[in-house]
Amino acid sequence: MAAAVGRVLRLSGRWSAAAPGGPRTQMLRLIYTTTAVQRKNVGASGPEKYTETFIEKQIEEFNLGKRHLANMMGEDPETFTQEDIDRSIAYLFPSGLFDKRARPMMKHPTEIFPEQRKIQWGEDGRPFHFLFYTGKQSYYSLMHETYEKLLNVQKYQDQLTAQDLLPQKEKRNLAGSRWLTKIELEEMLLEKLSDDDYSRFIQLLQKLITLPCGEIEEEYIKKFSKEVPAQLQKVVIEPLKYDERGVAFSTGEGKRKTARATAVVYDNGTGKMTVNGIDVLHYFPVLQDREQLLFPFQFLDRVGKHDTVCTVSGGGRSAQAGAIRLASAKALRSFVTEKEVEFMRQAGLLTADPRVKERKKPGQEGARRKFTWKKR
Amino acid sequence: DKLLSEPLSHPDFFNVKELFSLKDLFDARVHLGHKKGCRHRFMEPYIFGCRLDQDIIDLDQTMQHLQLALNFTAHIAYRKGIILFISRKRQFCHLVESTARECGEYAHTRYWQGGLLTNAHIQFGSGVRLPDLLIFLSSLNNVFEPHVAIRDAAKMNIPTVGVVDTNCNPCLITYPIPGNDDSPTAMELYCKLFRMTIIRAKDKRRQDEVFSELR
Repeated sequence: MAAAVGRVLRLSGRWSAAAPGGPRTQMLRLIYTTTAVQRKNVGASGPEKYTETFIEKQIEEFNLGKRHLANMMGEDPETFTQEDIDRSIAYLFPSGLFDKRARPMMKHPTEIFPEQRKIQWGEDGRPFHFLFYTGKQSYYSLMHETYEKLLNVQKYQDQLTAQDLLPQKEKRNLAGSRWLTKIELEEMLLEKLSDDDYSRFIQLLQKLITLPCGEIEEEYIKKFSKEVPAQLQKVVIEPLKYDERGVAFSTGEGKRKTARATAVVYDNGTGKMTVNGIDVLHYFPVLQDREQLLFPFQFLDRVGKHDTVCTVSGGGRSAQAGAIRLASAKALRSFVTEKEVEFMRQAGLLTADPRVKERKKPGQEGARRKFTWKKR
Repeated sequence: DKLLSEPLSHPDFFNVKELFSLKDLFDARVHLGHKKGCRHRFMEPYIFGCRLDQDIIDLDQTMQHLQLALNFTAHIAYRKGIILFISRKRQFCHLVESTARECGEYAHTRYWQGGLLTNAHIQFGSGVRLPDLLIFLSSLNNVFEPHVAIRDAAKMNIPTVGVVDTNCNPCLITYPIPGNDDSPTAMELYCKLFRMTIIRAKDKRRQDEVFSELR
């Protein structure tokens, strides 16, 4: 490190073509600055950086410590895993602190000292990476590589056009994959990115993929794309089950507010419905509730064709009706074609109603109602 | 130290004159400048003349300046200095970066953040070593203004070598090379020349170290 007071500069002379002969000695000129000017801003340089040797030393100490710990606990040092370490530390140093990160821990140094804080230059001061002086070396090297691949593809394309072998552009199916998000890319590069940088990189990748001969670089591109599950969690429609009598039936579950219901819908029925062992007319005296129960069957024109046996608990009168409606609609999916299932979904028969009672907030009388406002 | 002082006694220790000739420069279209309206006042001594409104750069002067500049870079590379290639031309960004990688030196062809040289201790870490030479393969940035690094290098006492076109300001550059910075052939020629000098100088250094160890 340079001395606090002095700074040594090398005065480089101009070597011109017509210089007179004779050896030129190097002149060292000391420039003195006052300590007041050299006040160090300790926090400005960011977190401390670590050298390679330091991390290697830490790894050695960690391994030694692991063996000591195994001896202390009376276990075999060779087969002492990280879980055993955590268990032993928790046993030897019990701590009542709530935050897990505040408790004593013993982990491998690579987990504790993050990669990016390693010093990026060697003993003689020369940085390892050729783009070090740009600031964002991994991002720019990535751009450099991707651009190189682009140039390769263009060269290959030119070769093919010269031989008139250019294949026709085929549509590639991009629906099943997505690009890495900005956060994932940041994790990959161990560097902070800006939105602009990220969008530029994605544009480059898209340009690469849209070229006709992009197949050559598929492997490279795959590193930056992720599979997306094709359907949004395709709901599996259960097949029909058959009971002892040979009658087809299927089960469905539904909920509404706090009510939970299960419905078993049998085929070849007469439209009878039983709830908790009680007939529907007695359980739901109100017409509105019975209309709710009828709706799925009415929608599919199967009013008198199915028997239903339901169990329901929780909620109130209306909530239980809604729950049974949802349950029977779900059960009916197995009896019906996919198109009709789609119609049911669009009619809202298969969606659970998300409305629940909103909580009361402090400072207010109810969920929304405020206290009476008095002017004075 | 004999190893370091011996090259300084010869005017052209690395024999850089044989790397290029007037004909090579002409074929690579190095003599073509911009139009008369774009001319910078300080470039007038380097301009040979003007034809149909387009400036022609004097290749004899270019030869001299190029020889001085290549000799200087060779000496810097011989003494294991850090060389940083700078160019803000988007077409040649890849070329410059690959040249730097092949030489084993460094390049910066992207957006220049303000405090890279002047605020290096805070941006990089406390023990950074700054470049010992900056080579500008195009001395303007994308807004046709002189590159910030010229001024920063002058502030940090770092010598500069730069290719100056007819619309550039050659003032703060220690070894300007008047020449075209827009055609691909010219840029490839410059990259080739710098690459060959640096590799030559490094090989010479390695050989001389081996010889001095043997003695």
